Amino acid sequence: MSNKVFAVVTLAIAVALAAITQLISNEYFFTAAYTVLLFVILATAWNILGGYTGYVNFGSAAFFGIGAYTTVFFYNAFKAPLPVVIVAGTLVAGVAGLGLGYLTLRLRGVFFAIASLALAVVLYIFIVNWDYVGGARGAYVLQPKDIPFGLPRYIHLIYAVQLVMAAFALVVARSIEKSTMGRGLAAIRDDELAAECSGVPTLKLKIFSTMVSCALMGMAGTTFPFYLSYIEPSSAFSLSYAVNSIAMPLIGGMMSWMGPLIGAILLGTVQQLVQVTVSSAWNLLIVGVLLVLFVTLAPNGIMGWVDAWRRRKGR
Amino acid sequence: MMDEALLDVRGVTKRFGGFTALDGVDFMVRPGERVGLIGPNGSGKSTLVNCIAGTLRNEEGSIRFEGQDICGYAAHKRIRMGLARSFQIPKPFASMTVLDNLCVPLLFAARKHEKLASSQVTEEARRILGQVGLADKALAKSGGLTQVDMRKLELARAMAAKPKLLISDEAMAGLSASEVDDILALLSGLKEQGVAVIMIEHVMRAVMKFSERIAVLVAGRKIADGDPQSVVGNPEVVKAYLGE
Repeated sequence: MSNKVFAVVTLAIAVALAAITQLISNEYFFTAAYTVLLFVILATAWNILGGYTGYVNFGSAAFFGIGAYTTVFFYNAFKAPLPVVIVAGTLVAGVAGLGLGYLTLRLRGVFFAIASLALAVVLYIFIVNWDYVGGARGAYVLQPKDIPFGLPRYIHLIYAVQLVMAAFALVVARSIEKSTMGRGLAAIRDDELAAECSGVPTLKLKIFSTMVSCALMGMAGTTFPFYLSYIEPSSAFSLSYAVNSIAMPLIGGMMSWMGPLIGAILLGTVQQLVQVTVSSAWNLLIVGVLLVLFVTLAPNGIMGWVDAWRRRKGR
Repeated sequence: MMDEALLDVRGVTKRFGGFTALDGVDFMVRPGERVGLIGPNGSGKSTLVNCIAGTLRNEEGSIRFEGQDICGYAAHKRIRMGLARSFQIPKPFASMTVLDNLCVPLLFAARKHEKLASSQVTEEARRILGQVGLADKALAKSGGLTQVDMRKLELARAMAAKPKLLISDEAMAGLSASEVDDILALLSGLKEQGVAVIMIEHVMRAVMKFSERIAVLVAGRKIADGDPQSVVGNPEVVKAYLGE
């Protein structure tokens, strides 16, 4: 399927899903679905750098937080509407990703992971001490009263927007994966030195994939303050975003765009169910147990397992 | 004479801390020439290759390729100019098929200096695989290849960059006599395409058969450079290899 066809089909599915699900009367569905979609974007974004390029980013929360706090800033400054903050948050996170790329991509493996984790901590402290965006107290971002498309409540809109953004993230990830650049990224993941010696401009490609990955994470965060109406640093920079956005592609499979999607839907839904039926305190434990299970039983994730099964069947 | 040099290395020095791995090495390759580079273990052969290919930076001296000073260039830029290398320890792109391994240099290096439509890339990759005798493994994952096949793949991937100069770093270590002959035939075939080859090898039979000229490195210095017969007869070379 060509990139254009895939883009049209995916966006059409997203819009259709957004329209059809508006018939659901249970309000909780939208709250839960928003969170799952949030993880779809984060996991898809993380996988562009982590799965395709092989650089483990522990700082997902930093870029998610940058997106969220860009919204707070623009809301405080101009009462900026949703489309504006989405674009702004994506761009700011992208620029931050570019910076992270320049500063740290000469580091490899675990050193890069630690540097990215440190970034999240630094940004957290920065926001805690920045009074204009609420500091440690947090900030209120009121949902606008008039809701477009005749939707009954603001969460319906945010959910629909998140659905379209998730589709966008998938389209970006897939087109990178299928492109010549995607091959270059895979070569970097397999052996960076051999990639460089095969003509792949490794530094340039790594910086580009960091930038795109971080921009999409920022995009995921932009709607978050509107979703909760209130935001404070420890929820925006929560480590659970970092853990989930690594766990979901790992469980789904990191080699293709479909892995993070499946992982996020699976893990996100399980977490939502447990949160309602048992307790939200169980969430990270479930992530941990599933990770251990997958790492031992299906190290290439669900997609890797499916591929292996197909190959066996094909013989 | 110097004007026609394809690769011209002059006074290259490389230090690792206090250890001087290369000490003012001069080395030259003409277009289409077949040069053997020999020397005992640890004599600096691979370091020289790394400096030429750009994976290490030399502290002193100049490296010119087709008359252009390439010392400041990143490795990928040098490959794109036509300076390819294979690795001593095979470094396949393990998650990819053998065929896709070749597509990487074809897409990222060969296309920079040769006309190659994207539809021809796979075709060209298959042709090269046929040359090295890996055609039937085109769709296998490269991570699962045998050592011998990985060496062939390593060479094929360097060839896929469509180089003017190919540096083969111990492509034959551990191969059987007939496999050595296969690879020799392959490398000799490159000459007809006008590709110069630097062969680093311990298999002396292969080096002697292949090389038009042999250079000898010992402890970071070049101690001999000339036609194969005279070089192996050189007392200094004999001393370096066999002791006094």
